[in-house]
Amino acid sequence: MLSVILILSAALFFTGVINRTKSILTGRKGPGVLQPVKDIIRLFKKGVVYSTTTSFIFQAAPTIYFSSVIMAMLVVPFGQSKGLISFQGDFIFFAYVLALGKFFSIISAMDTGSSFEGMGASREALYSMFAEPAFFILMGSMALLTGQTSFQEIFADLHLGSPISYALAMLAAFVVGMVMMIENSRMPIDDPKTHLELTMIHEVMILDNSGFDLGLILSAGLIKFAIYGALIVNLFIGMFPYEYTIPMFFAIQVMAAVITGGIESFMARFRMSHNAQFIFALTSVSLLIFFGVLMLLGKFI
Amino acid sequence: MTLVIIFIFVCITGVLIIPFLNVKLKGIAALAAIVINTVISGYFAVQGLTGPEISWVMPGSMITGPIPIRIDALSGWFLMMVNFIFITGGWYGLFYMNGYKYQSKKISLHAIAFIILHSSLVSLLAVQNSIVFLVAWELMMFSAFICVIFEHEKEATLKAGINYLIQSHICVVMLITGFLWVSFKTGSYDFRAITTFSMTQTGPGALFLFMLFFIGFAIKAGFVPFHTWLPHAHPAAPAHISGIMSGVLIKTGIYGILRMLLLIKADFTTIGYIILTFSVISGLYGVMLAIVQHDLKKLLAYHSVENIGIIGLGIGIGCIGLGTGNQVIASLGFAGALLHTLNHALFKSLLFYTSGMVYQAAHTINIEQLGGLIKKMPHTAFLFLIAAIAISGIPPFNGFISEFTIYTGLYQWLQSASLNSLIFILLLVLGLVLIGGLAMLCFTKAFGIVFLGNARKDFHHEVKEGPFLQFVPLYLIALFMVCIGLFPQMFLSLLMKPVGLLTGNRGDVLVPATANTFSALSSISLAVCGMLVVALTVFFIRKWAMRKRLVPAGPTWGCGYVAPTARLQYTAGSFVRSYVKLNKSILLFEKKEKEVTGLFPAESHYESHAYDKFEKWLVDKPVAAVKSFLKHFLFLQNGSLQSYILYGVLFIIGVIFIPMVFDALYLFIDFLKRL
Repeated sequence: MLSVILILSAALFFTGVINRTKSILTGRKGPGVLQPVKDIIRLFKKGVVYSTTTSFIFQAAPTIYFSSVIMAMLVVPFGQSKGLISFQGDFIFFAYVLALGKFFSIISAMDTGSSFEGMGASREALYSMFAEPAFFILMGSMALLTGQTSFQEIFADLHLGSPISYALAMLAAFVVGMVMMIENSRMPIDDPKTHLELTMIHEVMILDNSGFDLGLILSAGLIKFAIYGALIVNLFIGMFPYEYTIPMFFAIQVMAAVITGGIESFMARFRMSHNAQFIFALTSVSLLIFFGVLMLLGKFI
Repeated sequence: MTLVIIFIFVCITGVLIIPFLNVKLKGIAALAAIVINTVISGYFAVQGLTGPEISWVMPGSMITGPIPIRIDALSGWFLMMVNFIFITGGWYGLFYMNGYKYQSKKISLHAIAFIILHSSLVSLLAVQNSIVFLVAWELMMFSAFICVIFEHEKEATLKAGINYLIQSHICVVMLITGFLWVSFKTGSYDFRAITTFSMTQTGPGALFLFMLFFIGFAIKAGFVPFHTWLPHAHPAAPAHISGIMSGVLIKTGIYGILRMLLLIKADFTTIGYIILTFSVISGLYGVMLAIVQHDLKKLLAYHSVENIGIIGLGIGIGCIGLGTGNQVIASLGFAGALLHTLNHALFKSLLFYTSGMVYQAAHTINIEQLGGLIKKMPHTAFLFLIAAIAISGIPPFNGFISEFTIYTGLYQWLQSASLNSLIFILLLVLGLVLIGGLAMLCFTKAFGIVFLGNARKDFHHEVKEGPFLQFVPLYLIALFMVCIGLFPQMFLSLLMKPVGLLTGNRGDVLVPATANTFSALSSISLAVCGMLVVALTVFFIRKWAMRKRLVPAGPTWGCGYVAPTARLQYTAGSFVRSYVKLNKSILLFEKKEKEVTGLFPAESHYESHAYDKFEKWLVDKPVAAVKSFLKHFLFLQNGSLQSYILYGVLFIIGVIFIPMVFDALYLFIDFLKRL
């Protein structure tokens, strides 16, 4: 329960902090930290325009996308406290329930019959496929290291192991961070602020969504950011008491947001044709973690 | 005993009556025969699945010896599946065949073959005598062949059917070799002889025997590289036959492999590694090729290869568990495999049935020509969507449950593995994850292009939904899938007996052994139900919030362009273009295009074809080589009767004289030796 409250409160400011960082770094005055939330609240008050080409898929997809992200959130633990749902192999459920949302967002983009949105859908399907192995191998190595197969137990046992495991946690944080960028269509992969539909991935998929539905999609995006931030936090906090871990949680979330903003201010998006290779290369970082685990366990001789 | 006689009697009566009925009754008679036989075999199946093994011995004949019929939990599980798919398929087929009602003779043949197909499938799952098994196997293949070539006036259909027939007989050769080997050594055709034989073997004998059977059954199941018949035969057959072939017919291969695992006592670890290697390659290769197919049924056929790979992964993990003596891994592996067998039977048949609906309405299943069908065929689209989500292994449907079980098996194995197997497991996890992701790419493409957007082609006939009754079996399957997805514990408790049989635990040891997974499954069931609750809550909040607001409709945003046509939409080819570019080295992709040039371009075109590299190198090239060699003997087939009689005479002389010459030679050598 604690993790849900924390993630939701982090979701309130995460994107705002990113935008604020970007505005400071680029010398603009910029909107306030809560602006994205205000935007979403405004969207929730609006009606919706549907294209005549679309069917019930298009109307149902934002709801399902949003609920899938909520379900994923419920699985994420926080330190000693389990997520609302916790069982052996819950990280598999985590990845697959997010896939359900992705499936619907892809087909809802195709439902509009627009060539731009079809393009975005095609890219999203391809890239999310390549990002998945990195996550699974990462969790597999963690499972191997700790001998556990559920989020909370893995993170708890990670903390009890040798200090070297924190070095691995750093690498893991990198992988989770990159998966976060891919899942949220952020900078090295996708540029949320681009002006040309041809160069977008996620933004172009939701071109036709408006009003309440767009609000659902955007708020799901905010929560998704905070979920991955929470996973990174979990890699480090282990079994520390709450009075340390809760401030740490917010500190790490803000740090992740600031880093994201920094990257977006100083980097250009990768060429679309190189994205797939780049994402798949993440898997090799996961492999590095795997071999690190093997060394820790003394299986390499 | 009497029930078996009734079973055979119903089959024969059906076959004899059907030619004399009118067209409408033919289908109903076939369905009725199948229902009666289902009740009979289902009665035994339930007993086998819940109670002890049922077995009795039929007297048999001089050639076969006594015919033991044993229905244990494994047979029971497969029998239930076969029966369910056959009833839904038969029901659906009644309506599907409506379009062909003026071809009375063809329908008679088809209905007869359909009954025989069912009876032979049921009997090969029950008998345990190698000769009778082979007869049933052959009957099954031949009746399936007749079912496939229903539209035999089309050359492509006939060619696909013959391709299937030939490749299936390679499978039979393997099986005959295996069975004969055993019966020569032990003098018995009973399956139990296989166990005694493999126990007496020292060295790799038992493993070699298993490999013989494995390759034989792998051809039937469609493991890569033995899959090449499958993508031809499935699209050629009528939709209900494709559904049944993909749903249960290829599963007889899986049944065979599992049966042999029960009978042959060999080194299970080695077997496990072999099966896993074949499986992961099948899974990846199947889905990789599925993505580039433009023919909807061919796409689904390649997906069967993929799913057989996933089932194989489960079996392989189970074998590893047996080999290392780890009950948990073994139960998880086999449970995953058996459950995925059922799941695949359900969603794949549903996908084939719905694609049949599309074919009935649009008269084409070329993805590139379809589009926007969801508005004209909402039920079909809805059912296809459910099956597509399920086959991608995504919750809340059944595909997720079996893939989850297999994943858990893999991660359990990870905990107790040595270095070499760790790297192997890593590859397997990578494979399974990629399979899932690629399946999602494939089915978003299939569903999105066929059902969503605008129609890509104007059909001259009305495109409309089939009759309501045709949808009943389809919704039944979908309901079943949702049940497995929401309440997996129920089905896993049914699985306990067959899994216990495979892991060698006759009792209910599975419960404590995998208590963790069981509790995980009930939490999954909670999580999935929770997801439904969350989705419904959000849905109602949205509905409530929107109750007074304006919901205007307008055209799709065309980024400023105001006159978009349906041809501007993304096509299936363009949807997977970046994927094809990335995998150029693995796929065999041909493009024919005429570029657009100049200010006033003339007509241009673009065409693409995907082909199978395995088929090119393992089938086409060798066949071409053999053909070019045999071409030199073409003069023998000169069409004159006299020479054919001469060949016959020469053959008879050869048969009589070669042994005599051999004997004489032997005597002569003996004589020389004595000298």
